[in-house]
Amino acid sequence: MSANTPVIELRNVDKSFGPIDVLHEISLKVRAGEVLCLLGDNGAGKSTLIKTLAGVHAPTRGEILVDGKPTTFDGPRDAQDRGIATVHQFGGTYPLMSIGRNFFLGMEPTKGFGPFKVFDRKKANQIAVEEVQKMGITRITDGDRLVGGLSGGERQSLAIARAVYFGARVLILDEPTAALGVKQAAHVLRIVNEAKKRGLAVIFITHQVMHAMTVGDHFAVLIRGAIAADFRKGEKTREEITDLMAGGETMADLEASIEGYMETHEGHPPKVATAD
Amino acid sequence: MSTQSSSDAGGFSIGDLIRRPETGSLIGFIVVYVFFASLGGAVFMGAPGWSSWLNIAAEVGIIALPVGLLMISGEFDLSVGSIIPASSMTAAILSGHYELPALVGIIGGLSVGLFVGFINGLIVTRTTIPSLIATIGSMFAVMGLTLGLAVLIKGSTSVSYVPDPVTKGLLGTFINGMFNVSIFWWIGFVAVYYFLVHVAPIGNWVFAMGGDRESARNAGIPTDKLTIGLFMASGFGAAFVGIAQVMTYQAAQVAGGQSFIFNSIMCVVIGGVLLTGGAGSIIGIVLGTMTFAVVNQGIFFAALDPNIGSIIIGALLLTAVLSNDTFRALAMNYATKKK
Repeated sequence: MSANTPVIELRNVDKSFGPIDVLHEISLKVRAGEVLCLLGDNGAGKSTLIKTLAGVHAPTRGEILVDGKPTTFDGPRDAQDRGIATVHQFGGTYPLMSIGRNFFLGMEPTKGFGPFKVFDRKKANQIAVEEVQKMGITRITDGDRLVGGLSGGERQSLAIARAVYFGARVLILDEPTAALGVKQAAHVLRIVNEAKKRGLAVIFITHQVMHAMTVGDHFAVLIRGAIAADFRKGEKTREEITDLMAGGETMADLEASIEGYMETHEGHPPKVATAD
Repeated sequence: MSTQSSSDAGGFSIGDLIRRPETGSLIGFIVVYVFFASLGGAVFMGAPGWSSWLNIAAEVGIIALPVGLLMISGEFDLSVGSIIPASSMTAAILSGHYELPALVGIIGGLSVGLFVGFINGLIVTRTTIPSLIATIGSMFAVMGLTLGLAVLIKGSTSVSYVPDPVTKGLLGTFINGMFNVSIFWWIGFVAVYYFLVHVAPIGNWVFAMGGDRESARNAGIPTDKLTIGLFMASGFGAAFVGIAQVMTYQAAQVAGGQSFIFNSIMCVVIGGVLLTGGAGSIIGIVLGTMTFAVVNQGIFFAALDPNIGSIIIGALLLTAVLSNDTFRALAMNYATKKK
């Protein structure tokens, strides 16, 4: 496998649910150590795309290539076994379970043998804390702590650390910063960078252009299920990207029209924002 | 070695205690026991008192354990109420009416429980019917079938069966004329469930399933199989109690068992299991069961009006839920201090 072969690639992927076409001719690729930012407004088809990448949905047409080889996933578990890990907005963590138990869910370390396999709590806690700390979250020192007491950013970090530890090669992050404050979001972005440094291919889904521009190497804008723009870092400004996401309507135009309205209506903003 | 020095050794801390889900139920049990001990006096604190509430606790407890596990995983099982008479009726008809060996009756009764549990699990995992509704449905179906078949085969709603001494000794005797052997079976069940939930990795899966089923499935946990398994476990527990009842009372009735539905749920909730799933513990369920049984029997020893007993149980339930919420919040926010 040459260094230039994308770890995961989609070629002309369509996905329809019955008569409804959700994705049209999506083509994208991510290489190891690269962050692909998928930008798109709500309803642009981001979640369907993630689910297709994660093996939840099979594409209606087109193909998925892993390490350059055409692949079909038999479900999310199969995709995971091939190193594709998805971390959802809330981290897929369980608030009333300890950090160690969350970290090893489904892959519990055991000691003993036969039917008397015992969950190795000490080992689980130790590894979980170590791995999270390696990701730069030094506040977590106790693997018995319940995840519900962690901040949103820490939960994300825990989930990312988990994926990295279990050998993920492609990390799909579904809006990891959407529900977070500024400081916490910065934290998560640092961890995205850390994952990238370790040679993971990262697919970062967001609608926050600022966050995307901080970590992204490559950007794709999704509008109504199709890739509307595909460019590399530095090729477009923040305003241009925002405009693209808003479906071509420039933010500047929008702002101007609202201001114009307010001037003629004694400073009231428009009551109903209509398209066009 | 005094307790003080052992706490200094680092094996114990207030934080660990708060974080344990059963702390609230332990306090509840102590308060309730002291209350009834002071009213009931020496008789309640002696063997007669202990045997009377332990006998109750064992019966409910054997069912409360799997019902609690189901609740941790986010499901309810109300069908236990009709599995008890169904299994005791099956055992009595097979071994009493058809005079087959006791073992056949026992296996038959237990199979009824496992089968109903399997159907419950199938309905819950294959359809979108919530388990509360699905198991109410199966409860009525099983109740009707039990009645119909009993009348059809035996022509009566009660079937008697006199077990052989060994079977009776194992499942339905009173040690010292007071302590039902079910108590030992209960202890056995507690040990098995404790191992599965808190020691073996599978316990993790149950908690995760109650916390977030979707994510648990994504993490590769066979949620459907596990759910069906848990329903079968609760069917098994109920069937076991049904069989123990036949062996003890030497007769099976088509009615009865309904009280176990609410009682088992109450034990579980008093024991600190979160109604919406994701939290709880086996020790908590055991303590909840003991608390329930102490109130249930303490009323008679304390010579209180039985109606007051119901009031106490109701108040206890509300207090338990409130205090468990408080402890859960404490546990969530508790972090060990930096050393």
